[in-house]
Amino acid sequence: MTRVYNEFGQASPVTVIEAGPCFVLQRKTVGKEGYNAIQVGFQEKKASRMIKPEAGHFKKSGGTGYYHVREFRVENAKAYELGQQISVSELFKVGDKVDITGKTKGRGFQGVIKRHGFHGGRETHGSDFQRQPGSIGSSAYPSRVIKGKKMPGHMGTDRKTTKNLTVVDVRPEENILLVKGAVPGAKNGLLSIYTKA
Amino acid sequence: MNIIDRIDQESMRFDHPDFRPGDNVKVHIRIIEGNKERVQIFQGVVLKRKRGMMNASFTVRKISHSVGVEKTFAMHSPRIDKIEVVSHGKVRRSRLYYLRDLRGKAARISERQRNNKQAEA
Repeated sequence: MTRVYNEFGQASPVTVIEAGPCFVLQRKTVGKEGYNAIQVGFQEKKASRMIKPEAGHFKKSGGTGYYHVREFRVENAKAYELGQQISVSELFKVGDKVDITGKTKGRGFQGVIKRHGFHGGRETHGSDFQRQPGSIGSSAYPSRVIKGKKMPGHMGTDRKTTKNLTVVDVRPEENILLVKGAVPGAKNGLLSIYTKA
Repeated sequence: MNIIDRIDQESMRFDHPDFRPGDNVKVHIRIIEGNKERVQIFQGVVLKRKRGMMNASFTVRKISHSVGVEKTFAMHSPRIDKIEVVSHGKVRRSRLYYLRDLRGKAARISERQRNNKQAEA
């Protein structure tokens, strides 16, 4: 993240996103697949690094392979050509609201305080109940732990969406998007950006 | 160069003079009132400088009507018209928080002698 100033000299915290170049790999229609969507590839991949089924799939849209392949629902998939480049300037303009999905940073095995925001016990005055979860249910009835009980466990690497982020700047020549605020995931992580209807 | 550094470089300002904590500076601030713009001067001692690319900032402290006032400015903000260095202070710390507890004569900072090499820079 960095910061940019607008024409009034007001600063905004922005995330810099390299959004493309992305290419259409496949068109899915109601007639064939049952829904309208396009498959999009990002970040070119050498032919020697592709496995055969992958190479066969990429061949249908011109032969160039990509590291990342994602599907996006669209109104009319026929409006896109195979191999067509999707540019940021067509989809986004300054001031638009977007939803951004990414994979959050992995935190490993975490306790209930970090993972679920429990308050924990006292640290002093003879307390031996610092970061424990406490009771996890009642006794004879129901004599089991209720499903979905918040417990310690693996945290992070979840698919998370941040909604209604404002587009601050669009730079089509570099395929760069500047969005106000933070987005899920680590630096250089893969993101999906959704326009709002 | 990575993309963020390049974007930072576009709006960073390299026109500010070199100054350090302990220096006495005049900060000319552009103030927009309605559709009129005027320049206000905030003069005082530089308490600290926070390094960084676009996130760099500095804090200036002055005594206004016998009340201490501190203002933190973003180094690269377009709202700063210019920075003038009035005098160079001799201090032995990078964060002059001890000035907050001092008043009057005790809060003075002695002048730093600059050699020619520094003066050129």
